[in-house]
Amino acid sequence: MTAPDAAELRRRTRELLAAHPPATTDRTDFLKARFDAGLAWVHYPVGLGGLDAPRSLQPVVDAELVAADAPDNDPRRIGIGLGMAAPTILGFGTDEQKERFLRPLWVGEEVWCQLFSEPGAGSDLAALGTRAVRDGEGWVVDGQKVWTSSAHLARWAILIARTDPDVPKHRGISYFICDMTDPGVEVRPLRQITGEAEFNEVFLTGVRIPDNRRLGAVGEGWKVAQTTLMNERVSIGGSRIPREGGMIGPVARTWRERPELRTHDLHQRLLTLWVEAEVARLTGERLRQQLVAGQPGPEGSGMKLAFARLNQEISGLEVELLGDEGLLYGDWTMRRPELVDFTGRDAGYRYLRSKGNSIEGGTSEVLLNIVAERVLALPSEPRNDKDVAWKDLSR
Amino acid sequence: MTAQTQSGQAPDLLYSEAEEDLRAAVRSLLADRADAPTVIARTESDTPYDPELWKALATGIGAAGLLVPEELGGQGATHREAAVVLEELGRSVAPAPYLTSSVVATEILLALGAQDGPASALLTELAEGRRVAVPAVPFAAASAANARLDSLDGVVGPVADAAAADVLLVPTADGLYAVETDAPGVRVEPLVALDLTRPLATVTLDGASGTRLADADAGRRAVDRGLLAGAGLLASEQLGLAEWCLTETVRHTRERHQFNRPVGSFQALKHRMAQLWLEVVSARAAARNAADALATGSPDTPLAVAVAQAYCSKVAVHAAEECVQLHGGIGMTWEHPAHLYLKRAKADATAYGTAGRHRETVAALMELPAP
Ligand SMILES: Cc1cc2nc3c(=O)[nH]c(=O)nc-3n(C[C@H](O)[C@H](O)[C@H](O)COP(=O)(O)OP(=O)(O)OC[C@H]3O[C@@H](n4cnc5c(N)ncnc54)[C@H](O)[C@@H]3O)c2cc1C
Repeated sequence: MTAPDAAELRRRTRELLAAHPPATTDRTDFLKARFDAGLAWVHYPVGLGGLDAPRSLQPVVDAELVAADAPDNDPRRIGIGLGMAAPTILGFGTDEQKERFLRPLWVGEEVWCQLFSEPGAGSDLAALGTRAVRDGEGWVVDGQKVWTSSAHLARWAILIARTDPDVPKHRGISYFICDMTDPGVEVRPLRQITGEAEFNEVFLTGVRIPDNRRLGAVGEGWKVAQTTLMNERVSIGGSRIPREGGMIGPVARTWRERPELRTHDLHQRLLTLWVEAEVARLTGERLRQQLVAGQPGPEGSGMKLAFARLNQEISGLEVELLGDEGLLYGDWTMRRPELVDFTGRDAGYRYLRSKGNSIEGGTSEVLLNIVAERVLALPSEPRNDKDVAWKDLSR
Repeated sequence: MTAQTQSGQAPDLLYSEAEEDLRAAVRSLLADRADAPTVIARTESDTPYDPELWKALATGIGAAGLLVPEELGGQGATHREAAVVLEELGRSVAPAPYLTSSVVATEILLALGAQDGPASALLTELAEGRRVAVPAVPFAAASAANARLDSLDGVVGPVADAAAADVLLVPTADGLYAVETDAPGVRVEPLVALDLTRPLATVTLDGASGTRLADADAGRRAVDRGLLAGAGLLASEQLGLAEWCLTETVRHTRERHQFNRPVGSFQALKHRMAQLWLEVVSARAAARNAADALATGSPDTPLAVAVAQAYCSKVAVHAAEECVQLHGGIGMTWEHPAHLYLKRAKADATAYGTAGRHRETVAALMELPAP
């Protein structure tokens, strides 16, 4: 079968809409039907929510669905599943794993989380110490993970653990799918600077994982994790962002509506940030056009850096602009939110939450290292950890 | 709120195949005729411009006529292609009156809309690379408002590339004039410029005469349009310049060893270069956006140009400053070309309005007024 073109995708989307009118169809039923029609992510294989079509044609389908007021799968709620677990399962999973996991993941019936970071292994993730030990047909996992977003909502987790402590750190890791309902999994909220707890500590005690929930070969987990991390950093939205679409929007609106707050110093800083935000938007748009044209560039690795800095500076300016009001904070109540909304709530919240933007998903310092070494081909720093067995590393 | 927050058609921010072919042709010409030692030697001679290079660029490649319709002797291309030529000229900092003549003066004449008569005849000569015209407007001016003589009498300057020009486009209170540089009553006196690769001159008109191309209003609008195109495409020159500085800095720091390792392996330098890379990537999006807006006549053009200038000026200066610093002592020498880029970048940051001026334009267009 040859891959469908835009006209064919449009036809199939209309067929789906006719057979399952959004107005009268249950949301989940509609999403399942969409998945089964291969219109979930058209670049995925037939039978797994796709049609082996070019990724660049997804907007054709999305536009038809938006026009028909069809429900979506609320990607913000299932970002880790869509952005990280799914491409990893697609790339390294067995047929059974793909069959079992991708549909409920995409439909949103099963939320995923990422059990990677540990108290002793953050930027140096490969140093992780959570152990997975062979036990008959499966594995027994013991250790502690930390900063785990959405662990309190998740049904499944992608997990990396050490299966061989006697080889250098990158080589002794394996990659698993962990059942978050296993009795050995304990999730404790970890309160953050905003007052709420998006992320958690996760204690793993004698957690049993059958061997058929392993992704990739034993000892190849680091390679598999690279796919996950790549997708984490490149998961830039597929749609155009409107001008003033990001954090600059609320500040610009406040500036227009409240002349009494304006000062010369704030004006200069606002204009500088406005221009930088507009340029970042255009840079994202250019990257999107490159992806659609099938010529992805290394620009993606830079976008997260740019947005982290801008979000922090813009929200910082906003707190100052608001004067007396900037001294207040909406609510410090400890909550465990369902959604992370960077632009939601008040200026104080935005200011505090955006501090995480340069830490989560790889710190800005680490991303600058990656750009320097992978994009500019600058030499790496001398290292003393590459040929040392994990168990002999300093901690 | 009337400020536009959502534009209709998405700008095309990529390069077409034809644009890449044009780039390759210009780059190979500049590699042949304008390597760094040649450029440095020329800046110290009486003939900073290389007439052979200009002929090959303007006529051979046809770059001078990119903005001019075919029926007027041009290539019928757009600002997108001219922007690519400017990226390459920025990368080589070769002296050539391209931005001033083939973009700004050409755009002024195009804006007059003449199908025949002296304006269209001059346009054809510019497009075919037979003559060079530059606006007799201070290089720092972002609009025609404060760049006008009362009559063809007075002093204007510093004017960029006046020494290379056959014709001056002179806005006066009484209309826009074309004045031959070798006519009686016209003096073009070279100035000692900060930027060695874009010569500046004072133009003195002393009872000169010229051809009136338009009345004062139409002339002012045309000059404004020319300066808008100049500012917009200057961003592409700044992009090319910044890219050269980054590439050269990466190359040097990978090769230069201190403390028994390449200096480019020190994280303090790697982060600075990675940061610069991010700025160059962003400058490319801003510059392409301005070129595309000019090419398609988008209603967003004034904003796109102001954003590109407010951003790319700073990136070019930053790249050139980092280039000097990360080269160490050799970056301070006359022999190494880094100084040519620093001087060009710093002068470009004033040309056609500073970043701050362009931010004021953003403030006006986006309704973000000063207190
Ligand atoms: C809001 C939020 C959500 C998160 N969600 C998840 C999640 O769902 N799942 C998950 O697994 N993890 C998650 N994380 C963890 C995140 O990936 C780590 O915090 C991050 O990788 C940094 O690790 P660390 O906290 O151990 O800091 P460290 O690695 O200890 O870093 C400390 C400082 O040293 C710097 N540094 C470290 N190494 C270098 C180097 N080589 N060169 C220069 N500087 C260096 C860092 O940039 C940082 O400034 C989340 C974090 C946050 C803030």
